[in-house]
Amino acid sequence: MAQIDLDCRNQNCPVPLVQVRKALKKAAIGDVIEVSGTHPASKKEIPMAVEAQGQELLEVKDQGNVWIIRIKKVKEA
Amino acid sequence: MAGKTTIIVHSGDMDKVISALIIGNGSLSMGMDVSLYFTFWGLNRLKKGGLDKGPLSKMNMLGMGRRMIKGRMAKANVASLETLVKDFKELGGKIIACEMTMEVMGITKEQLRTDWIDEFGAVGTYINEARKSDITLFI
Repeated sequence: MAQIDLDCRNQNCPVPLVQVRKALKKAAIGDVIEVSGTHPASKKEIPMAVEAQGQELLEVKDQGNVWIIRIKKVKEA
Repeated sequence: MAGKTTIIVHSGDMDKVISALIIGNGSLSMGMDVSLYFTFWGLNRLKKGGLDKGPLSKMNMLGMGRRMIKGRMAKANVASLETLVKDFKELGGKIIACEMTMEVMGITKEQLRTDWIDEFGAVGTYINEARKSDITLFI
């Protein structure tokens, strides 16, 4: 089980969402994806997309003006 | 929850094609299936080298507005049309080209980016996609 880091800082809509979807498709079940970004809407929308896809949202946190979202792949995407 | 989005890309205007692709990529990112049906002026954007050649729907000003928007989009880190299409295809999005438009406008398959196009079809193809869709838009 690996951790995949995705740096989406300074990326605008819809890039962070797209990058998370790509990573979820490539990851193995059990892998954790840690995505960081600065685009405010994506902080709300990535958890929505995780829920819509039935994956597991582990954590949403802020580090200064950067948000970090951790997602676990629990099923095929 | 899976679901499907089907969009008719009727306009060839740069800003509208960007919107269609952003909605398409957003849908794919939510785990949905997506079909983009390119027809009329939209089909010009599937011509080789034609993707980013569309005018702005407003304030085009002979291409000046278009160049300005492109610059502002690059500054705001908005993905280029090229990137949007690349991501769209990578995430499994489907592109349908309208055969009737090809006939009307005298466009041949050789002129089109067939590497992007999954299917050539007419209105029946669109209806068949749309009737199974949760979201359908005309842009």
